[in-house]
Amino acid sequence: MSYCWPEGDFPLIFERAKEGRRGTRPPRVEADPEALFGPELLREAPPRLPEVSELEVVRHYTNLSRRQIGVNTTFYPLGSCTMKYNPRALEAAAARFSDLHPYQDPASFQGALALMYALGEYLKAITGMDAITLQPAAGAHGELTGMLVIRAYHKDRGELDQRRVVLVPDSAHGSNPATASMAGFEVREVPSDADGEVDLEALKRELGEHVAAIMLTNPNTLGLFERRILSLTEAAHAAGVQLYYDGANLNAIMGWVRPGDMGFDVVHLNLHKTFATPHGGGGPGAGPVGVKAHLAPYLPVPLVEKEGDRYRLDFDRPKSIGRVRSFFGNFGVLVRAYVYIRMLGLEGLKRAAALSVLNARYLKEKLKEKGFSVPFDGPTMHEFVAQPPAGLKALDLAKALLDKGFHPPTIYFPLIVKEALMIEPTETESKETLEAFAEALGEIAARGQEDPDWLAGAPYTTPVGRLDEVKANRKPVLTYPFD
Amino acid sequence: MDFAPHTEEEIRAMLGALGLERLEDLYAHLDHELLNPKITLPPPMHEDAVLRHVEALAKKNQPGRVFLGGGVRDHFIPAIVDELASRGEFLTAYTPYQAEASQGILQAIFEYQTMIAELTGLDVANASLYDGASALAEGVLLALRATRRMRVAVDRRVHPEYRQVLRTYLDAVGATLVETEGDEVPDGAGAVVAQYPDFLGEVRDLAPRAEAAHAKGALFVVATDPLAVALLKPPGAFGADVAVGEGQPLGNPMQLGGPHFGFIAVRGKLLRQLPGRLAGLTTDHAGRRGFVLALSAREQHIRRAKAKSNITTNSQNMALRAAIALSALGPEGLKEMALATAANARRLYQLLLEAPGVRPLTRPPFFAEFALILSKNPEEVRRKLAERGFHGAYPIPEYGEHAALFAATERLTEDEIEAFARAFWEVV
Repeated sequence: MSYCWPEGDFPLIFERAKEGRRGTRPPRVEADPEALFGPELLREAPPRLPEVSELEVVRHYTNLSRRQIGVNTTFYPLGSCTMKYNPRALEAAAARFSDLHPYQDPASFQGALALMYALGEYLKAITGMDAITLQPAAGAHGELTGMLVIRAYHKDRGELDQRRVVLVPDSAHGSNPATASMAGFEVREVPSDADGEVDLEALKRELGEHVAAIMLTNPNTLGLFERRILSLTEAAHAAGVQLYYDGANLNAIMGWVRPGDMGFDVVHLNLHKTFATPHGGGGPGAGPVGVKAHLAPYLPVPLVEKEGDRYRLDFDRPKSIGRVRSFFGNFGVLVRAYVYIRMLGLEGLKRAAALSVLNARYLKEKLKEKGFSVPFDGPTMHEFVAQPPAGLKALDLAKALLDKGFHPPTIYFPLIVKEALMIEPTETESKETLEAFAEALGEIAARGQEDPDWLAGAPYTTPVGRLDEVKANRKPVLTYPFD
Repeated sequence: MDFAPHTEEEIRAMLGALGLERLEDLYAHLDHELLNPKITLPPPMHEDAVLRHVEALAKKNQPGRVFLGGGVRDHFIPAIVDELASRGEFLTAYTPYQAEASQGILQAIFEYQTMIAELTGLDVANASLYDGASALAEGVLLALRATRRMRVAVDRRVHPEYRQVLRTYLDAVGATLVETEGDEVPDGAGAVVAQYPDFLGEVRDLAPRAEAAHAKGALFVVATDPLAVALLKPPGAFGADVAVGEGQPLGNPMQLGGPHFGFIAVRGKLLRQLPGRLAGLTTDHAGRRGFVLALSAREQHIRRAKAKSNITTNSQNMALRAAIALSALGPEGLKEMALATAANARRLYQLLLEAPGVRPLTRPPFFAEFALILSKNPEEVRRKLAERGFHGAYPIPEYGEHAALFAATERLTEDEIEAFARAFWEVV
């Protein structure tokens, strides 16, 4: 990793400013603000935005980007995040739709609607669902949408007052319980069994008329496919419980098996994981939600419908949960996912899924050779959770990996594994990269055991060393102190 | 084309190391009745072919000069925004969990938070939310948490889609929503919500509303326009406790409504109620300045069922675009852009009102949007305008029969405004 900045703090954009300096100029129209608004409504002091030249803006953000790593620079095996390569063709395609306004006549964006409709059909086919909404803006937003759909279903049947509980495994993503709370449910955790799968007997004991839904990820966050999934969904349905599928880990199985066939009633997808749209440093994402036919009436409005060779927006859905976002969702992300699916086709998707599993399995074996253990060492799929050799901390290893030119895995998750390193290499990484990563982790562990101080001091080559999080939280400074 | 680097030989070697022969073997432990379902997808396409196909789809759309608003408008975007925000280091990173290797994004978030706080006149902003509508819902939920109340009063002139999203979120937690007009505040409200400028574009002094809300123990939540407040009094100056909004006018293309970003800013005392990511200032062991994700104990990955929100991925790249645009334009440029927008909107309003039978619904002062009552169905007017290469007249039946919304931006020239007016006179 090379970072180009001399000694000393990297300046803030506000510190580069000079009063009266101008950057990019917008189109101007001569007008008198007071004539338009009167004196009372006008702002008294201007916002303290930076006053810099256009070149200074270019240098500032270019150099900031050099203090940042991404998939384009670095192997990024962040578990449950599917940091695969984001093909540039997807970006080129999205740019073709930038000048459409959401309130123009739908007859004037038929091409966009056709794309949305087709993407919906593909995603339904891939997940085995009957109906879909593309509106949710991210995975957790899709979760909320899906849980509100389940809520509306129970309400419609007069059962919502009794069905107050949502079951989540103890290995679940944190967004699952948070979503269930936001959707107005109580959360109850279900333990994992000795193999790392949901404890089916414990789950069955929890089932009943007080349960609204079960939220599951499959493969789960240990990378394990829930092998008894059909018995699980059957038992849940017998108790009137709806099955929610968290699609964060769909990359492992796309094309091979479908959540719909496993018995799930609702699925959300993370297009910014499975379907190769870039994560943007924290978004935008897109979280389409597919449902079985009995839940279709509750999906958000509007849905894209096809009539002959025309497409229209259907707002007339009286049982809908309403809207979860303005307009039609993150359309630009949808374009990218559409292009990805068109480029790969079914065989490409299946091959990508299988190679993601192959890479993860191969890397797991390489790490075991280096003294790492895998507590739930079943037939893991696209990701696995490893533990470092005794005495080493996941956090220290993560920081030391930065010095070796790798982004670390997800650490301390799932919560059921101590010092967890959750590793998801994805299919777009080469055998050499996996081997180099295992080699690097092995070297770090070996040296760390001999020299704990060295390990505790890592990283050494990044623009800043280990940062003081306690200080950041004790007296938070969240904006530039101008004075 | 699956973008995987593996040679066939490597696949064999890797499978061999696992004691397997074929890729199918990786799925052998799955229930066989589930495996290999029949899925119909179109055959794979070459990159060149797929881009031509997308081009053909795009040609079925009719872009034109845009005279529409409602949170999304056709504003000037400096060319450097695309160039800088699409750099792979920014675009292909995940959420900045590993601070030492994410100083670029973390510092950009810190700067963005500062800019949003400055624009809204409030103390602190988060790293971004999905869009204006969900930002309003989060802002209201925040106010309900802070006041421990379950009642919300929303002005009818708040964007209809924002109200719909708010209703969806509030239904889930069992909170009630009442729609109001004017400055009266119902008893028991935890949040009083208004839009500024309102959905129909009007700009009013909301200080009396803020006072009325505070007198009844409610927090005042204002959905605002990040461009308008470069010129107009910001929400913090007239007593808002929470300001939220749609960030698209700052550096983001319309893109049929997304991806954009939502912003949220609050008074300092509400900081710990904020949903989503925050970047905070700190130092490393050598005393060097750096940034980390701060106060994450509010968030879902730590707090799980007790988190302030379930949000994780937000709209960081869109917020980055806004920060770059704001840096490039500066305070003076942004103010000029706002003024030009308002001046063009006023000019357009005057011209459109010259058409016989057209009446004003919006009264000055207004910012970019305004509403008119047409003499015929606005659906038809919008369609006929589109046939002439213009997009305008969004039907808003909630506000009256034949009511339609229009907007202007600084991008429109005098000639374009006049050409639109002539087309409007023809079709109305």
